[in-house]
Amino acid sequence: MIINHPLLGPRDSAEFVYLGDASLIERPDPAAETALVDFVDYAYMRENPAGSLRELWFHEAGDRSWLVVTRNTMTHEISDVQMACDVARKIGRSK
Amino acid sequence: MQYSGFKVIKEALTGHKGWKPAWRDPEPQSNYDIVIIGGGGHGLATAHYLAKIYGEKKIAVLEKGWIGGGNVGRNTTIVRSNYLLDGNEPFYEMSLKLWEGLEQDLNYNAMISQRGIMNLIHSDAQRDAFVRRGNAMMLNGADAEYLDLDQIKKEYPFLNFDDARFPIKGGLAQRRGGTVRHDAVAWGYARSADSHGVDIIQNCEVTGFRIENGKCLGVETSRGYIGASKVGCAVAGSSGRLMAKANMRLPIESHILQAFVSEGLKPVLPGVITFGAGHFYVSQSDKGGLVFGGDLDGYNSYAQRGNLPVVEDVCEGGMAIMPMIGRARLLRMWGGIMDMSMDGSPIIDRTHIDGLYFNGGWCYGGFKATPASGMVFAHLLAKDEPHETATAYRFDRFKTGHMIDEKGMGNQPNLH
Repeated sequence: MIINHPLLGPRDSAEFVYLGDASLIERPDPAAETALVDFVDYAYMRENPAGSLRELWFHEAGDRSWLVVTRNTMTHEISDVQMACDVARKIGRSK
Repeated sequence: MQYSGFKVIKEALTGHKGWKPAWRDPEPQSNYDIVIIGGGGHGLATAHYLAKIYGEKKIAVLEKGWIGGGNVGRNTTIVRSNYLLDGNEPFYEMSLKLWEGLEQDLNYNAMISQRGIMNLIHSDAQRDAFVRRGNAMMLNGADAEYLDLDQIKKEYPFLNFDDARFPIKGGLAQRRGGTVRHDAVAWGYARSADSHGVDIIQNCEVTGFRIENGKCLGVETSRGYIGASKVGCAVAGSSGRLMAKANMRLPIESHILQAFVSEGLKPVLPGVITFGAGHFYVSQSDKGGLVFGGDLDGYNSYAQRGNLPVVEDVCEGGMAIMPMIGRARLLRMWGGIMDMSMDGSPIIDRTHIDGLYFNGGWCYGGFKATPASGMVFAHLLAKDEPHETATAYRFDRFKTGHMIDEKGMGNQPNLH
């Protein structure tokens, strides 16, 4: 698979380390009443769709940036790549 | 029809006109006591034990394609019980014992060959860890044997003992481990279940569950609605897809694992060998091909095919311990979908929905577990309580902290 890095252009996926579902960016509020249940859900439960999935890839053998890659789990086709820091800022993280 | 040597000779002398299909092809009835989704090894084994051991009647196995076409037909056929943790080892040892009696139980030749498995040791620390694992195995009634360098040289003289990076220091052997003809396992269980009255319904895809007031009443299928008092799901790699139809999220990701077969060679490999410093395991099939595999590709996938970097990595692992295979050509390679759980161990439990039961999260160890998985899932479905060897395989272990993490990798499914 070739991942089209927003800064570096097309790179071999073997340069990356895979973390999984991009919803891991949205860490629950540790001060919430339901924090225990929320964190169990956050740490252990996954959507696991057969189709389009947003996922986190780390460019370990490159610029060490985190990417949010939208990829089809049936065909391995990649439809979108964004910098994870941009995605996180958009939802109010990493101010 | 009972299979036997006399039967083979009689049929040979009478033109092979007396053989019958090994199982029926029934139309689905409108209602069953127990419906099992998934006509793979685990689903068919569950049906067999439900009918034979637990005396249940009116059972159906629903399979969206043909039986045995999923992971039971796509694995590297190894059986063993060399686990460390208490939650796992008694379960896998029960499985190995069931393998040992399987052919008599099913009246079916599954070509079970206890040719032994050996895990190679490459460092002093690894020796400590493997000896500890061997002790844990023996405490649970399994066999384990530490082999020093001289013994390994005698049994496997062709290994690369003096590799500069990963010299071989010893090995942990389990003599009762080995290989099984994988397709025959599915067919043998199917034939036996069918002869005990189980309806095996192929080309019948489950498209949804009928759930009312927190109780599962039956399943919607491509061949119409089928009512059931109890529904058991045993669909391995498709667990996420299937349980999403019941609005359930699972502690499971589906990953791709590749396996390989070389061209046929003369007998060179007496048992199963695993590389301790990389990820590579190999055995030789009765047809002569080297059957081997390695790591997951590492990303979520339902594609049943992998990519080339892992092919290279696996072949490098093979060359590191057995340089003699360098000239052998690869004949086939394929991928299977692994239901990778968050701690590397399976889940066999009730769900929060009444009458809906789940069996999955097998990671890439499902084949060796087939008989025990069927037995404990049948127990759960029949008695509504877990079998004594499967009490740890609960859904809520992630919440309560009772993970069964053999490798100590944490909630990172692609590392288990």
